Order: sequence, then C-alpha cells, then structure tokens
Amino acid sequence: MTAPPTIAMQTMQRARRARRGVTARITVPLVVIGLFIVGAVVVPMLYDFDPLHTELLFRLQPPGTTLPDGSYAVFGTDQVGQDLFAQMMMGARVSLTVGVSTLLVAGVFGVLLGLLAGHFGGWVDNVLMRVADVQLAFPAILLAILLASVLGPSLWNVIVVISITNWVVFARVTRSQVLSLRTREYVEAARTLGASHAHIIFRTLLPGCVAPILVVATVEFGHVVLLEAALSFLGVGVPLGIPSLGTTINNGTAYLGTAWWISTLPGIALAILVLATGILGDALRDRFDPKLRSA
Amino acid sequence: MLGYTIRRVLLAVFVLWGVVTVVFVIVRLVPADPALLLAGMDATPEQVAALRKQMGLDQPLIVQYLTYVGTALTGNFGNSYTQGVPVMQLVGQVLPNTALLAVLACLLAVIVSFPLGLLAALRVNRLTDRVVTTASLFTQSLPGFWVGVVLMLVFSQLLRLLPSTGLNSPDALVLPVVTVALPFIAILTRMTRSGLLEVVGEGYVTTARAKGLSERVVIFTHATRNALIPVITLVGLEFGTLLGGAVITETVFSFPGIGRLLVNSILFRDYNLVQACVIIIAAAFVIVNLVVDLLYGYLDPRVRLAK
Repeated sequence: MTAPPTIAMQTMQRARRARRGVTARITVPLVVIGLFIVGAVVVPMLYDFDPLHTELLFRLQPPGTTLPDGSYAVFGTDQVGQDLFAQMMMGARVSLTVGVSTLLVAGVFGVLLGLLAGHFGGWVDNVLMRVADVQLAFPAILLAILLASVLGPSLWNVIVVISITNWVVFARVTRSQVLSLRTREYVEAARTLGASHAHIIFRTLLPGCVAPILVVATVEFGHVVLLEAALSFLGVGVPLGIPSLGTTINNGTAYLGTAWWISTLPGIALAILVLATGILGDALRDRFDPKLRSA
Repeated sequence: MLGYTIRRVLLAVFVLWGVVTVVFVIVRLVPADPALLLAGMDATPEQVAALRKQMGLDQPLIVQYLTYVGTALTGNFGNSYTQGVPVMQLVGQVLPNTALLAVLACLLAVIVSFPLGLLAALRVNRLTDRVVTTASLFTQSLPGFWVGVVLMLVFSQLLRLLPSTGLNSPDALVLPVVTVALPFIAILTRMTRSGLLEVVGEGYVTTARAKGLSERVVIFTHATRNALIPVITLVGLEFGTLLGGAVITETVFSFPGIGRLLVNSILFRDYNLVQACVIIIAAAFVIVNLVVDLLYGYLDPRVRLAK
C-alpha cells in the first residue's frame, strides 16, 4: 500500500523535475555550441575552402545540387560559385573567434575596473560610473560603427571595437557584486589582518564574483556575435577576404529573387548559435545565481 | 521633485558633453586627412594646405575642440564635405522619417507585448506561458538585419504585397517598422510578464483578493499599475537599442532616415556629417531617457526620494 503523497514529497518531486529541466537547458545548448565549434574547425579544411576562389560555372545552385565536379552542395552555392555550407562554417569561425576574444578582452578589462571601483570606492568609483553613463548613452551599435569606420576593417579592430562597447557590462556586474561582498566577515577579517589591497581584491573578492561574471559572459556572447555580424553586414566589420556570416547575408541581398538561400541560411545558423548561448546563459543564471532571475 | 529634476537634467547635460567629446576624439583618430580627402587625388599641396586652413585643421587640437564644442552648442555642425550644404539641413530632411519609424515601432511593440506579457503572467508555467516566453527568447536571438532581409524576401519578392525599399507610400513603412519592433516586442513581453509576476505575490494584491474583488479588478486596477513602472524605464533604456536597430534596418530597406545617412556618410568619409548624425542620435536617446527618468520619479516617489 502506498502512502498518499504528502506536500513535502510533492515539493521534492517538483524540485527534482525543475532541476532536470535546468540540466537539459544546459546540455542541449552545449551540444549545439560544440557542433558549431567542430564544424567551424573541420568543415573548411574538408572543403579546402579558399575565400578568393571563384567557380562561375557553379554559381547560384540551389541547396542539394550535385555540382559538375562531383561534389555535393548541401546548402547550394553563392554568387561566385562557392559552396555555401563551407562558407557558413568559415563564418562561424569568425563569429566564434570574435566572440571568445572579445569576451576575454572586455571581460579582463571590465572585471579589473569593476574590482577597483568596488574596492576603492570614492573618486575611482565615481569616474568609472560616469564614464559608464556616457558610454551607455551611445547605442552600442552606433559607437561600434563609428569606431570601426575610423579604425578600418580588420579582424583585430572588430574585436577591439566590440570590446570597447562591451566592457561596461562586466565592470557594472563586478562592481555591484564587490559592493555586496566587501562587508562580509571573511573580507573584513582579511582587512583586519592587514592584507594588502592586491590580496583583498584577487584572493577574497574576485572568487566571489566568478559566478555572476560567467553568467554575464554567456549572455553577452550572443550580443557580441550579433554585433560582429551587423558590422560586417554594413561593410565596416571584417575585411573582404574573410567570409563573416554578416558579409554573406549582405552579398545575398542582391540575389533575393533568384537565390533565396544565400541570405537566409547563414542567418538561421547565426540565430541558432545565438539562441543556444542565450538559453545556456538563462539556465546558468537559474542554477548558479538565483538572485539574478531572468527578466 | 525639484531637486530630483535638477539632478537628472545636470546628469543629462554631463552625458551629452561626454558624447560630444568622445565623438570628437574618435573622429580625430582618423588616419586619413579630411582635407586631403576633400581636395581629391589631383590637388596640389598648396590647395590642400589652403583647405586645411579653411577647415581649421591647422589649429592646435584644443582650439579645434573648443570651436567644435561651441558650434555643437549652437547646433551648427558645419558643411558636408561631399555635398557642400550645412549638415544640419541634410539631417533635418531625414530626421522626421526616423522619428516616425521609431515612434511607430515603439507603439507597435507596446500594443503587442503588453497583452502577451499579461497573458503569459496569468497562465504562468502553463502552455501559453511556455509558448510566449520561448517565442520571445527566440525572437531576441534573431539578427535584426537578417529579419529585415527575410521579411523583404517573403513579402516583397514572393508575395509582392509590400514595397521593399524607399519611402514613397505609407505601406513602405510596414516592413521597416515590424523589423525594428520585433526585438523590442520580445524584451517588453518578458519584462511585462516578470513585472506582473513580481507584484502578484505582494501583500496589497492578496488584500485586494481577500476583499472579494473580482480577479479582473485585482489584475487590471491593482496589479498592473505597479507592474508597469519598471516596464516604462525599460522602454527608455531599450530606446537606444531601438535606435541602433533603426540604423541597420534603414540600410536594409534603403529607408531615407538618419541611420542610412550615417552609414552612407561613413562610407564616403564625410566626417562632419558623421559627427552630426551620431550626436543627434545620442542626444535623442539621452532626452528620451531624461523624460523617462522624470516620469519614473513622478510615478514612483520612492525613486526620487532615494539617496
């Protein structure tokens, strides 16, 4: 005979189900991102991809065509006869490179400034937050377009530009976390024992900031990737020889009537990548930082 | 309220000064000499030097900066390098179009997202809620410019229902407005939902229910009022994203607005025009945020009394 389920049992069951839900929301996006990484590394090698090569006989072939040279174009070919799938995976390479590098640059810079502002307070904090105010008065894309057009197209410049528009987010999150940590007993204890500023900042404050920073980094990854694609779409992103997803989408706009796949498919790939990181970010937040519940 | 208003206005002025300065610094980083660009390839060095003098580029940087701030204050950003007319005239021609685009997109977003967010909050964790929240997360992940391209493909190329470019008839507004509004709809829906969910748990809502008020009265006259306050701030904050989206959307649809003017002026290296466009867009954003902040302080006394 089974006892009727008590409220406590029901609650536990619900908690278990919720945790399983969060786990799925972490694993599925990780698998998707993993596929992108593998595709971005392996596919262009398999296709022997050369961005400057043109094959005019094969141009504008629809998805699923077998080309005269025997190769199979899953996603068709573009306006100069290049395999669209290989090109998209090259684009994913650019997206991932820009995404990871930008998060590293903006993250290190932003976290460091956030730590300093939160720890020292006073004028350091004031200056930093006013700079952040000015920066936030610019729509990120506007600042990025302006900077990118001045610096000229190169992969490194795109990374620098997006980092400049992005560090504020990291600085703000770190600062607010430090403000809540600095009055904790263990930090007070370190201070009382005469620990140096460096010790307090890096050994007591920084570890407490890691979880929210990782969550923000995951969410920001999607924004960064979208911003890079937008810049390349407008022609102020990566230089012409590097096929970014944004560039491919832009090239396709001239062929919307005849070859819909050139613009459409890279956009879908981009959306899947960004969606995966978005879901992952939300799930990580729910698991590691319930205070920051997704809005 | 007066003290709060003064503080906010001062902050807005400070931010605008920061914007003007940042734009000055960035544009002066340009490796190319604007005088050389303007004079053209076959100009003699004397002609270029004369042009530099005429443009004030031979002055020390600090003098250039002060002159520049002075002219920015009077709203006179000089002449366009490429078209020879005052840049404010060019900006003035297209600014109303962008304003129309932004306002319509904002309206559309509010009209669509408010009921959606409400619906999701009332059916929290049920199927309707799941569909609405998933759809809004999905919409947020779509690249804005790509959405524009796909809408163009479907509605102008395949169905031939709407014009794809320009602004020659009112129906040319439909696709750009939808493109700009979509990500905004997604964010506002999520925000309305979570805002309402937060207040539903508060004591005064329980009191309203305990009094025996009908669910409709509880939700619409008690709960939504407070739930909407954070949503208003968000409209202000996200207005910048919306303006940024407008810049790209205008380029996709060849829409005669300030965003397309900006992108074109960058491609032609017309830096006077670039400066004016960036400062006007940023100023619009700062002013909208100021209005929202003041409105917020008026609606919620806790905000203006803090600090």
